[in-house]
Amino acid sequence: MIPVPQPLPILNVEDLHLLYGNIKALDGITLEARTGELTFLIGPSGSGKSSLLRCCNRLEDPSSGRILVDGEDITQRNINLNRIRRGIGMVFQSFNLYPHMTAKGNVTLALRKVLGKNRKEAEEIGLAQLERVGLLDRADHFPNQLSGGQQQRVAIARALALEPKIMLFDEPTSALDPELVGEVLRVMRQLKEDGMTMVVVSHEMRFAKTAADHVVFMADGKIVEAGPPGQIFDAPCAERTRAFLQEAHH
Amino acid sequence: MTRSERFIDTFFKYDVMQQYWPDILKGLFVTCQIAVLVVIFGLALGLGLAILRCYRVRLVNFCIIIFIDMLRALPPLVLILILYFGLPNIGITLSGYLVLWLVLTLVLAAFAEEIFWAGILSVPQGQWQAARSTGMGYFQTLIYVVLPQAIRMTIAPLTNRTIAITKNTALGMVIGVGELLNQATTAQSFAGNATPLMMATIAYFILFIPVVYAGRRIEQAFAWRKR
Repeated sequence: MIPVPQPLPILNVEDLHLLYGNIKALDGITLEARTGELTFLIGPSGSGKSSLLRCCNRLEDPSSGRILVDGEDITQRNINLNRIRRGIGMVFQSFNLYPHMTAKGNVTLALRKVLGKNRKEAEEIGLAQLERVGLLDRADHFPNQLSGGQQQRVAIARALALEPKIMLFDEPTSALDPELVGEVLRVMRQLKEDGMTMVVVSHEMRFAKTAADHVVFMADGKIVEAGPPGQIFDAPCAERTRAFLQEAHH
Repeated sequence: MTRSERFIDTFFKYDVMQQYWPDILKGLFVTCQIAVLVVIFGLALGLGLAILRCYRVRLVNFCIIIFIDMLRALPPLVLILILYFGLPNIGITLSGYLVLWLVLTLVLAAFAEEIFWAGILSVPQGQWQAARSTGMGYFQTLIYVVLPQAIRMTIAPLTNRTIAITKNTALGMVIGVGELLNQATTAQSFAGNATPLMMATIAYFILFIPVVYAGRRIEQAFAWRKR
């Protein structure tokens, strides 16, 4: 019998703790994401989902535990944060586009200043990424000339431009009007099909059901339950998960 | 002499104008020169201090805050007199021109630092996080992402403060700097007539009205792009 080749883990979180004073924001999280997988984090607010995500690119410094990205421990004390962050794309709830730059400027800034590409090279890559999120025709627009959905797609393009190994999404659609959510989810679905590894914090349960490989339910800084979406949504084991999902559906 | 004739004779006397306009012009030139030097160095120093303050080194920030609070609290004239009349007693003699430039530059720097700093603080944390998450360093983020937004927000208060400080070039009069007001008062005492003062007033007007106007235009130009 030929063994089915397992995709390699890109993200390993090992026994991660994060303390804010006496409050345990993360309390022993262990998690693994393999190449091309979409991991979906759900849970009530204050459960530590966003903190976990922010630890994964060291916007937050964990108190103990390890995080390996592509085999490299990014929680090491002397690690070059700027270097590791290049390989980890992040998309924020409030888009955080640079308001003084056009869409093209937003997407190309890091290419030029971090990767040292010249303007022409950076624009080639940047425009290709804007095309990927369907906004090539908005390249010269400033953020305040774009809808929320368009802004978030530009933000995704900005992260993609650096060719990250993994993309982190922190409630990417929570700040959007309902009619603009779909366009962002479409882009994310496309990324999944392109083989991008993604970790997503979101309340879009319908999206999770159809696009996620794993769903992780968190509460009080702990993982309560994790598994394929079918199991978590249709047959959750833990009472907490059931209660949360019932709330979320109302 | 009618009252209006007396008025004209006092403030707009033709012979006096003819005799003293070269002096007034010379004074205007000196005033312009000092004003430009004060604006350039004052704003640059203020920005530099604000950037330094971002690194939050406790001792450095303590010194910066002491420096700016002192300069903002004291009347510039006091500093000018201390430097010009006090320093020679400990063997440091600075020219009036240098003292005037130095004091006004430092005062503008102190105010500008506070304004830039407030601007930097008002840029949302999300901007820092977004830039840092793409691998940009702290300084790069500051220069390319935060400062352009911070400076945009500070244009209006900065313009006002700059105008207020540059008008203080008139304080050069008390330490013998040959700027506009000094030239005018000298001419006034020689001529025994207030016409040179009126000429100086008009010269100040010509000098500062475009600055005030330009400031308003810049303010408006930056306002509409703000989100």
